[in-house]
Amino acid sequence: MNRSVIEQTTRFIVLVLLQVLILNNINFLGDINPYVYVLFIALFPVINNRMTFIFLSFLIGLCIDIFSDTGGIHAAASVFVGYARPLFLKFAFGMTYEHQTIRISQSDIGQRLIYFTLIILVHHLILFSLEIFSLSMIPSILKMTLFSGIFTILLSILGTTLFGKRIK
Amino acid sequence: MQQLLNFFIRNKNVLFFLFLFFIAIGLTIQSHSYHKSKFLHSANGFTGGIYNATNGISQFFSLKDENAILLEENNRLKELLLSRNYSTPNLSVGDSIKLRSSTVIKNSYALINNYIILNKGEKDSIAPDLGVMTSNGIVGVIDKVSNNYARVISILNTTSSVNAKLQNSNHFGELKWDGKSAEIVQLVDLPKQAVFKKGDTISTSGRSIIFPKGIPIGSIEAFELDETENFYNIDVRLFNDMTNLGHAHIILNKNKAEIEQLEANNE
Repeated sequence: MNRSVIEQTTRFIVLVLLQVLILNNINFLGDINPYVYVLFIALFPVINNRMTFIFLSFLIGLCIDIFSDTGGIHAAASVFVGYARPLFLKFAFGMTYEHQTIRISQSDIGQRLIYFTLIILVHHLILFSLEIFSLSMIPSILKMTLFSGIFTILLSILGTTLFGKRIK
Repeated sequence: MQQLLNFFIRNKNVLFFLFLFFIAIGLTIQSHSYHKSKFLHSANGFTGGIYNATNGISQFFSLKDENAILLEENNRLKELLLSRNYSTPNLSVGDSIKLRSSTVIKNSYALINNYIILNKGEKDSIAPDLGVMTSNGIVGVIDKVSNNYARVISILNTTSSVNAKLQNSNHFGELKWDGKSAEIVQLVDLPKQAVFKKGDTISTSGRSIIFPKGIPIGSIEAFELDETENFYNIDVRLFNDMTNLGHAHIILNKNKAEIEQLEANNE
């Protein structure tokens, strides 16, 4: 238990700093940035205490918001995917997740790709809708979601493959 | 009562989620309105400190470029000094304007509402509503100040609005940003009587106490009449490279308090 808490705290801090100090400054082709901090929400262990998890999702979004002066858009998007995560899990991994047997970092790459894609696209869609906040710019919202989303998915898959624990 | 309590316990996850979600939406909405983001901004000691520390590292690598820019500015100022022949009396703003140099420790330009953090704050007698410029042109207006840091609403912010005019006449309009390109801003509400051509310079108008008259902003890239056919909408290409800001000057106006008092008396 204790080890898990330390692990999650470290991951939280590392991902926030990585996001605000490096990834927010990439600006690929002008304005495309990956938002890899979503990995914290995606990789959080499946536990019974959902309230803690929802609160932590909110907190990581809020941290990113404070650093990048964006009001509450990251917090809103993060708390939403945090709340809706069981749906994504069920969709990607089927029923096995309910027995709490899966380790996301050790799962099959196809399932992991589906899971990340779902969680990241939903998160980015809410994020950019709130950031742009205008119905007349829906094409631009979808464009940003797609491009940023692909960028984030690539980095997430790479990151979890490189730093994930080896299967025994 | 018992049932109500049961309802809350049964749905505590949903309720907690909705509660947090609405807090986040609330923060978003109040950040969309100018001058209202009271609670969360990155000009506080903690986030400012982290940005300051990392900026120290990245600054080291751009020292060469920074030097070149300063050298260029020096040359320009020297030329100006020489061509003035020393004897010309000092016109316009005179001594009422003071510049204070500062370092940009955080800059963004890819969002819709961009902010910049400077490493000067209340301690250096910086206050909200002061203008910020570089040697190439204007950057934005300070809106939040903490002890050591100041947050600037960049001109690349859809809520920003600065008064600007044509360099060679007194027709003025309002400088806005449509959130698209970091190189182009829009000058709107310029009367159609104004005469100009592509490539003309746009500068600050001096109609507010924030920016003194005549600071260059950019050149005219394209223009068209708006729907009412009474005003021009102009695309202005900025002289400043907003994606590469190192140092910035904060404009202090000695007469600010006096002018504000005068305006307050009027009301």
